[in-house]
Amino acid sequence: MTETTKNPLRTAGLLTLVAFGMFGFGYLLVPLYDKFCEITGIGGRTGDAASAEVLSSEPDLSRTVTVHFDATVNSALPWRFEPTERMMEVHPGKLYETLYVAYNRSEQPVVGQAVPSVSPGRAALFFNKTECFCFTEQLLGPGESRDMPVRFIVDPNLPSGTSLVTLSYIIYKNDEATAVLAAAH
Amino acid sequence: MSTATTHHDDHHGDHPTGLARWLFSTNHKEIGSMYLIFSLLMFFVGGAMALVIRAELFAPGLQLVNPEFFNQMTTMHALVMIFGAVMPAFVGLANWMVPMMIGAPDMALPRMNNWSFWILPFAFTLLLATLFMPSGAPASGWTLYPPLSLQGGNSLAFVILAIHLMGISSIMGAINIIATILNMRAPGMTLLRMPLFVWTWLITAFLLIAVMPVLAGAVTMLLTDRFFGTSFFNAAGGGDPVLYQHIFWFFGHPEVYIMILPAFGIVSEIIPTFSRKPLFGYTSMVYATASIAFLSFIVWAHHMFTVGMPLGAMLFFMYATMIIAVPTGIKIFNWIATMWRGSMSFETPMLFALGFVVLFTIGGLSGVMLAIVPANFQYHDTYFVVAHFHYVLVTGAVYAIMAAVYYWLPKWTGYMYDEMLGKIHFWWSTIWVNVLFFPQHYLGLAGMPRRIPDYAVQFAEFNMISSIGGFMFGFGQLLFAYIIWKCVRGGEKATAQVWDGARGLEWTVPSPAPLHTFDTPPLVEDNVAVHRDKLT
Repeated sequence: MTETTKNPLRTAGLLTLVAFGMFGFGYLLVPLYDKFCEITGIGGRTGDAASAEVLSSEPDLSRTVTVHFDATVNSALPWRFEPTERMMEVHPGKLYETLYVAYNRSEQPVVGQAVPSVSPGRAALFFNKTECFCFTEQLLGPGESRDMPVRFIVDPNLPSGTSLVTLSYIIYKNDEATAVLAAAH
Repeated sequence: MSTATTHHDDHHGDHPTGLARWLFSTNHKEIGSMYLIFSLLMFFVGGAMALVIRAELFAPGLQLVNPEFFNQMTTMHALVMIFGAVMPAFVGLANWMVPMMIGAPDMALPRMNNWSFWILPFAFTLLLATLFMPSGAPASGWTLYPPLSLQGGNSLAFVILAIHLMGISSIMGAINIIATILNMRAPGMTLLRMPLFVWTWLITAFLLIAVMPVLAGAVTMLLTDRFFGTSFFNAAGGGDPVLYQHIFWFFGHPEVYIMILPAFGIVSEIIPTFSRKPLFGYTSMVYATASIAFLSFIVWAHHMFTVGMPLGAMLFFMYATMIIAVPTGIKIFNWIATMWRGSMSFETPMLFALGFVVLFTIGGLSGVMLAIVPANFQYHDTYFVVAHFHYVLVTGAVYAIMAAVYYWLPKWTGYMYDEMLGKIHFWWSTIWVNVLFFPQHYLGLAGMPRRIPDYAVQFAEFNMISSIGGFMFGFGQLLFAYIIWKCVRGGEKATAQVWDGARGLEWTVPSPAPLHTFDTPPLVEDNVAVHRDKLT
């Protein structure tokens, strides 16, 4: 009867450690998820700022990819926000530029922050932006309008089955920065 | 119950009376009773909320409540039923039965056991208090998906704290159960001689310890997102609301098995007793339970197929989900094989156990339908899902709990319950629960979304039928409370054995079970005591 020699407190202690460990694991899922999306492009995470290799690659003039531009404004942000071109035919390996236009409809200065997403997910990693208004916070005064450029290059390694890529932005109100701004006035 | 205490000496000699007896109790049977009574109370609270929902849905249009309150009802109904009714009922049964089934004198950590229970009334006071707050109770569904859950009032903080408390209570309960099972078994009670209820609870307890902390983490992130400016799930701040769904369902899928594995254990005790045969395939039952527990960790994304996922991920989660039907099927066929050529009788516990096998299987089959990705795209967030999970939770988990209550009530109270009333309770419930939930399959297939207070007129007939079923089923449960009350008050004296086909250590102690049992551990010499091999 080995049972009586066992120690319930020890078992309980070990299990308590497991419980705390799993609480930590819940938080660990956050960076894991980010890393996973970054590696696989799931969730439309776009590739990082273009690498030198992509920038110096020869344009592949034999191949044409259609890029769609899309914009959504979060309901909390009193802006109009649209692409100037809805669609563009591009060659992989060549640098292009397009414009989005934002207009502040309100009577207060407001800070916005755009979040990009590329679909299909498998194309996301091959869509590189060299300049984007989404990298920084955007401040628009009352009634102010601004052209916001995006420069991008489609990696020639884009899987051959992909001929249509959609670049979509959702622009949100940056509450904190707007509040700081309001306090300063 | 107090008669048994008189001949005991030392620490359990002077047993407090009145309120203090219950407040300071460290006795597994008293704590088990408190869990079960609390759970019954919450069953009626959650049931009342369900009746508000069904009353509003009786006819199209808005009649009784405003949509905001309707949403609060759906959210609170789920939280109360899951965390207040089903889980505490299983913990209460474990408290009562696990020590008696393995020949232990009490739970391994009796003081922690007291604490596990007494946290719950505070947790549910916090949760239910939100109903009376200016911003109202949470209305975003029990899953608390952001951004919706973050757009409600400040009462969210109370809900989150309540969930933390429930989590702490469950984790402590689970730790206690594992510590008891691993350390306190009577000599000769080897792991593979344990009754299946003990086995399923051992595995359930591991699931609880693994996933309740993950839920605690997820709701803590909601709390800091809402009140402390973090951006875990706030897309504007670089977070991702879909991440919440992944974390939540990493908890949520094992959670649904936490609510069904002990039910499998209960049914595996009852069917052999009333078939007067050993359980068919004991070892395969243990392995099937463990497989289901393992699989529960790798299928979470089937709750969120429509968020947009790569094809490979959808295929993986679809196949992994469907594989669960294999160990579950093993269990169902084992139960049927146990009954095969048995000399069966149909007392109330057996009726509920058989009701469980048939109706849970319906819920299981609609689960397989939901696992099919292309079909899921259509069924997602419709009443088909509502029908599915109510078949597995009401006619699954709740039926098993009722079966367990009828099965062990004579052991707890020393009296037989009223068999005629028990049978009426079963047939009344079984007829109306199907009137209640079966039409919801059709509503879902026809496209009625869940969590809506009003609906298109084409759904009117089935909703009316469902509501009638709901009211009949709901009020029928008052009979259940009455039967328990009547049995506690008196009745035909129960023998120690209670059921002639019953096997197991709990049936070797007198009825009612004295407050302290197995102070001297019994010796378990063969498998017969736990429903295995040949009956003597």
